[in-house]
Amino acid sequence: MTPIFRPPVFRPVADRAVLVDFADAASAGVEAAVQSLDRALAAHPFPGLTEAIPAIVNLAVVFDPMQTDHAAVTRHLQGLLAHPATQRAVPARHLAGVSYDPPDAPDLPEVARLTGLTPDQVIAAHVSADYHVVMYGFAPGYAYLGGLPDALKLTRKPAPVRNVPAGSVIIAGSQCLITTLTMPTGWWIIGRSPTKVLTGDAKQPFLFDVGDTVRFHRIAGTDHG
Amino acid sequence: MAEAIFHIRHAGPHTSIQDGGRPGLSRFGVPASGAMDRAALALAYAALGNPAGAACVEVAIGGLQQDLTQGTLTVAVAGGGFIVEVGTQKHGSWTVLTLRAPQRLTIRPGPWGSWTYLAFAGRLVAPTWLGAQATHASSGLGGGILTTGGHLTLTEPEPRTGRDGPIPCPIWARPASDLHVVLGPQDRFFAPDTVEAFLTLPFRLTGAYDRMGMRLDGPKLPPVNALAIPSEPLLRGAVQVSGDGVATVLMADHQTTGGYPKIATLVGPETDRLAQARPGGALRFRAVTPEAALHLARRRAAALQACVAALTH
Repeated sequence: MTPIFRPPVFRPVADRAVLVDFADAASAGVEAAVQSLDRALAAHPFPGLTEAIPAIVNLAVVFDPMQTDHAAVTRHLQGLLAHPATQRAVPARHLAGVSYDPPDAPDLPEVARLTGLTPDQVIAAHVSADYHVVMYGFAPGYAYLGGLPDALKLTRKPAPVRNVPAGSVIIAGSQCLITTLTMPTGWWIIGRSPTKVLTGDAKQPFLFDVGDTVRFHRIAGTDHG
Repeated sequence: MAEAIFHIRHAGPHTSIQDGGRPGLSRFGVPASGAMDRAALALAYAALGNPAGAACVEVAIGGLQQDLTQGTLTVAVAGGGFIVEVGTQKHGSWTVLTLRAPQRLTIRPGPWGSWTYLAFAGRLVAPTWLGAQATHASSGLGGGILTTGGHLTLTEPEPRTGRDGPIPCPIWARPASDLHVVLGPQDRFFAPDTVEAFLTLPFRLTGAYDRMGMRLDGPKLPPVNALAIPSEPLLRGAVQVSGDGVATVLMADHQTTGGYPKIATLVGPETDRLAQARPGGALRFRAVTPEAALHLARRRAAALQACVAALTH
């Protein structure tokens, strides 16, 4: 399917941002367009740029209202879009181990039942896919990974479960996520990973950048005490 | 004496260590955090002659009582209309005073406001996370949430008795019932009548408020065809509407992306004024253009800067 592109829409947000909207619905092409502008802006920032926040179909460009304004920021972004994107950066590739054994995977039997697969087929499907970081959200270090196989697509649980431990590997819709904090979630918990997205390393505090690719592989159940 | 130490006799919920926040990390899911009322915090620092951005205690409406068991130091309390008691003396917030151990400091809610800032002539010892001591309340990361029975330590405490006395409270530091917003960025998911209701009918703040957001009670704002909106970046001050038409204003510890439509976004400094509103308080939203919003932000920043300069002298 060819994604239908329309010209991006520049939406002013309050006194301090421009939201560049590339489309109304998600697609691989739209995601690439968001990330291309994000990279171009990182390479060519303007004075007063506070931050850029990439999401699924749009990029929020936040600025210091003391230094610039919506019109100047929009012109700068139009200039970046008019020039063919800076070279596609080679995304970093990551490998993350996952234990799918009890007690690390409390929802694995239910996910198997709902998808009509065996638990081993669920695991095989999960480790077979190439994932990519679409965006962060919900909580610090929560990196949404696109690319979950269609066979594992489920709507989220009717009600969130509390106190889901950090490191849980959770799925919902076409996405997967390694949690970084003990938080509630309505997603399905199919494993546990020792990979820390919040690294604790001041030089590189977040393991993934938006656009990076991730693969999972099975590891033995770890004793989490 | 190298340190001043407070023993915390009582800390109400949501009282935490805050500072100028950690802006620039939203792309990693990390909101800026920092003070709910940034203007009040800036004035507290200025009244002490501190540089902006140092760590302070953000006291929520549940109040704070702590005993200075060691040291002598000057503190400032600014933000809201709280009551500050030291020994038998009673002050309002917006005051600078010098404490000498052993002395008890009690901060209680007063006639108005939801947050007040206790700033110190000294350096607050607390964990730093991602370059700031601001606490991200839902994870507890950063300086931390104050708990009854805990303690606070300050290094390099200083008495600055020359600064003791009241801090003028600017008129714009008080809570406002009229708040300026710019419509969008997803007002297109609401019928014209709904946008009209949002801008003309009163809302009330509910008791469902914390550092992440403040839920409003008021006219229902049913979104149209908004169920499939992909998650989008969120800013502090966004007025997000859930599927049942209930509006929530996102505050300092907000999530950085989300799929609910945003009917409007508060002009930056207006979030400080909203933060000081109390549950039950009436609010109205007034739409301005992005250009007018920018001018309002610049005017408010200039007014704050003038107050800071006058206090710093």
